[in-house]
Amino acid sequence: MTALLEVTDLSIQFGGLRAVSEVDFSLAEGEILGLIGPNGAGKSTIFNLINGVLPPSSGRILFGGVDITGWAPYRVVRHGLARTHQIVRPLNDMSVLENCVVGGCFGRDNLTLAAARHKAAAVIEEVGLGEHRAVLARHLTIAHKKRLEIARALCANPRLLLLDEVLAGLNPTEVARMIEVLKAIRRQGVAILMIEHLMQAIMSLSDRVMVLNFGRKLAEGTPAAVVNDPAVIEAYLGTPDAAHKLAGEG
Amino acid sequence: MSLLRQPMLWLILGAMALFAGLPGFGGDVALREGLFLTAIAIILASNLNLMIGYTGYVNFGNIVFFGLGGYFGVWLTTMHGWPLVPAAIVAAILVSTIALFFGLGILRLRGSYFTLATIGINEAVRALVSNIDAWGGSTGMYLSVSVYQPLGGPRQALWIVYFLVIGIMGASLFLSWFIRRSKFGLGLFAIREDEDAASVLGVHPALYKSVIYSVSGFLPAMAGALFFFKNGVIQPDQAFDLTMSTEAIVMLMLGGQGSVTGAAVGAFLYDQLRSTLLTSSMFSQFQLVIAGILLLLIVLFVPGGLIGWIGERWPRLRRVLE
Repeated sequence: MTALLEVTDLSIQFGGLRAVSEVDFSLAEGEILGLIGPNGAGKSTIFNLINGVLPPSSGRILFGGVDITGWAPYRVVRHGLARTHQIVRPLNDMSVLENCVVGGCFGRDNLTLAAARHKAAAVIEEVGLGEHRAVLARHLTIAHKKRLEIARALCANPRLLLLDEVLAGLNPTEVARMIEVLKAIRRQGVAILMIEHLMQAIMSLSDRVMVLNFGRKLAEGTPAAVVNDPAVIEAYLGTPDAAHKLAGEG
Repeated sequence: MSLLRQPMLWLILGAMALFAGLPGFGGDVALREGLFLTAIAIILASNLNLMIGYTGYVNFGNIVFFGLGGYFGVWLTTMHGWPLVPAAIVAAILVSTIALFFGLGILRLRGSYFTLATIGINEAVRALVSNIDAWGGSTGMYLSVSVYQPLGGPRQALWIVYFLVIGIMGASLFLSWFIRRSKFGLGLFAIREDEDAASVLGVHPALYKSVIYSVSGFLPAMAGALFFFKNGVIQPDQAFDLTMSTEAIVMLMLGGQGSVTGAAVGAFLYDQLRSTLLTSSMFSQFQLVIAGILLLLIVLFVPGGLIGWIGERWPRLRRVLE
């Protein structure tokens, strides 16, 4: 099994702060890797480094065997690596359909307008935004805006999708529906790297989980192994004692 | 032929026919002069719309294209004896090329910094041109009557220039329309909405912005070459007049930025108003007072301009008035 994404020794320095420090990981074709960690651990920063929003201070990012380190975002997405934003960034005064057509036109397949419209319509149905396709993006609810982020990224026909907290701020019904959407995406063979705080989702979707703390990789493994790792519990709950106490009393 | 079924095609052709036919058949010179200025206004507003309305970048020094095109055109026709049409085309190519290089530099700036830089460019070019002796320095260049001879004398030359300007007006509207419906236009709209998000979606912002900045200078430069050829004289203060830049912005906002018809209708209405106010004996430059008040009212109450307002009230008309 060759790796689709291979990150080695990735670091970035903001002034005196080392936000991401010597992180290594890889991701196989079609795999779902969950990325968890406390707030400020550097999860979103890793996304920004991978898709070219920020240039890394050091390290190397190989995608599909090609060195994409330091590429501009528009080049990365055309190469088949799309992402969503934690704080949604819809193209406000454009309709849901137009937002997705942008994704198709300028994505990996470099579609014509007509082909991108066709593709966008199909993807919009798939994520359950069908009845809102003509609505301006600014008028969507937050749950729908999150789906639009995913739809737009999918229109680019990516081989790897970076999902930044697509479940945050959704109510339980919406979460359940979104998890179905993500499962459908995985069935198409798209690999996913997802940042998520919602453990229920991470546990049910991820093949593997990586934990980040203070910019460093703390643990990596199957979901079950990672959540029982004392170091991980300490990072989330403070001290191992606290965890034992909670377990004992619960 | 789906193109033939587009209302916009017939609107543009109809406007061109009216502009050419109304003074053309009766030989009405006064009407021609009025419509000549209206057509120039429509050209400036339409091409400015490509920057402001489509891409979201306010080019306050847009008149620099018009003035520089005028200088190149006059220089080629008088100093080098070129025929008018090739001179105007080459002037436009030169201006667009220069704009491409300027664009690559200043389009790194965003928001009001970009706007300030465009004013700076206009002023810098004005100062530069005022110091070029070959172009007459601050007194400018005068055309001798002999340059009109190849076009059949001054009287006929004025008509020919008028029809050429109507052609450029039509070309400006078609250009706006085609870009609006193209993939390139979609990329521009994405940049207008959120430049960083557009980049993440695969749009190359630096390239797109530079190209549209350059394209938006081409037809105004041609119009400038024709305008100053007809005018008989070109001077820096007249060629690079920031007042005209400002007025073009008011026209665009009045009609509705981002819309092809909006730019044209706004330019038409504002120019009618301007010609009425300019001929009033009470005030000189009174149109600028009105322009300022208008701009304020539009931004506050109808940010979509006339066409935007119509589109909101009668959504069905949106398909027709693109």
